[in-house]
Amino acid sequence: MEGVLHQIFSGVANGCIYGSVALALVMIYQATHHLNFAQGEMATFSTFIAWALIQRGLPYWAAFALTVAISFVGGLVIQRVILRPFERAPVLTNVNVFIGLLLILNAFSGWFFDYTVKAFPSPFPQESMLKTAYFSSHEVGTFLVMMAVLLSLYAFFRFTPVGLAMRAAAQNPDSARLVGIRVSWMLALGWGLAAGIGAIAGMMVAPIVFLDPNMMAGILLYGFAAALLGGVDNPWGALAGGLIVGVLENLLGAYVIGTEIKLTVALVLIVGTLTLMPAGLFGKHVVRRV
Amino acid sequence: MPDAAALLEVKDLRAAYGATEALHGLSFGLERGRITTILGPNGAGKTTTLRAICQMVRTSGSALFDGHQLVGKLTEEVVRLGVAHVPDGRGTFTALSVDENLRLGAHVRSDKARVGEDLERAYARFPRLGERRRQQAGTLSGGEQQMLAISRALMLRPKLLLLDEPSFGLAPRIVAEIFRILRTINTDDGVTMLLVEQNAQLALELADRAYLLETGRVALSGSSRELMANEAVRRSYLGV
Repeated sequence: MEGVLHQIFSGVANGCIYGSVALALVMIYQATHHLNFAQGEMATFSTFIAWALIQRGLPYWAAFALTVAISFVGGLVIQRVILRPFERAPVLTNVNVFIGLLLILNAFSGWFFDYTVKAFPSPFPQESMLKTAYFSSHEVGTFLVMMAVLLSLYAFFRFTPVGLAMRAAAQNPDSARLVGIRVSWMLALGWGLAAGIGAIAGMMVAPIVFLDPNMMAGILLYGFAAALLGGVDNPWGALAGGLIVGVLENLLGAYVIGTEIKLTVALVLIVGTLTLMPAGLFGKHVVRRV
Repeated sequence: MPDAAALLEVKDLRAAYGATEALHGLSFGLERGRITTILGPNGAGKTTTLRAICQMVRTSGSALFDGHQLVGKLTEEVVRLGVAHVPDGRGTFTALSVDENLRLGAHVRSDKARVGEDLERAYARFPRLGERRRQQAGTLSGGEQQMLAISRALMLRPKLLLLDEPSFGLAPRIVAEIFRILRTINTDDGVTMLLVEQNAQLALELADRAYLLETGRVALSGSSRELMANEAVRRSYLGV
């Protein structure tokens, strides 16, 4: 019984990470109707930046904050410089751009920081009040950090004028322009936020999976599964999807299929969701006039 | 003829959707503080004219607004100059609340302190919106959504209000209420208006000046009184 509980709790911690990767995907999807395949590599690159800062002797949380800020600006710049020319381009063009971005960032990670696997520190002390029989302090810490991220995002979108403008721009770009919202900049802001969230997810997952240029490849698949399962247009669905995927993956991995082929769970979920209920658990069915 | 009183001076305005030109060189002026209406059959280019002023379609020619050339600007820049557009279909943010819709209308204003004041004015003008301020805009009736669209446009404190078929799909009683309020907005706040309407009778009663559009060109223009007396207009648009 204790084992099952442990698996569930650690699934929740992983689920938070998948959920936030999913949230980053959803955020860009809502505004542009594109899935950002480079989301994982962006997060990996951010985590490398954090690693380099910590190597230079920066305290963990200073490096953390600086990394989020750099990632935010990086995401903004990527949208402005690389993606803006393709704003009106067909979907497949954008997919190509995303894949190009993925390869470039992956190569940059390897080029600047080499391909050796690196240990990444956890900010949460091993022996602390957070640690219990069921979960490690890093798992509790991850959970708390991700909840803090979600709450601040919620507050940002719910209570600030810029958050409101971003929601308006995502929902109805034409009307948003008619009230003077600079829609294109709202997309850039969305990219910035997604990059920031990705960076945090990367820094939280790195102590568990270790840091190398391909660190996020698997995580991104879980993130995709979470986003699709939750309904790709619903931020709360993304979080719920993440938790479900995290727990399911851990339980199946521990008791049913073994840890070696855990990633299959994500792929099965992706294919299953898309064929059986394309709108996901909490998404809305979109009927389009043709 | 340069007209000192003109708020908007449109010359040889052309607009195209892809390869199809919808406006073939339109020229007209809007007098400051007055209501002007554009009449015409379906497909004459009425909606396109409004969309061209807001740069929502590919446009060439000239549209001088208060000394600023609109052609070539982004829609959001046109709005920032003080042009508010109530589009066809109303452009409501359906998933947002009534309150949020109105606040978005004031998005570009710098005098944030007075936005609250204007919110209350909007609710006083349309009490039914006030009762539903926390409600999702998509759950409102057609008439309420039109009231919301007009109120949202006014939150900009615009110099020019563009109205695209505000009577569309609404019950006559609601239409009468909306047109009565448009009249008071014009007289009390001095907002210049450009009204596109299918209902020529209503439009000519409200407007000071009218243009008749046919297949992307101005076919006739004059004061509302003149157009109402015009035999061709009476036969084709007023049904008398």
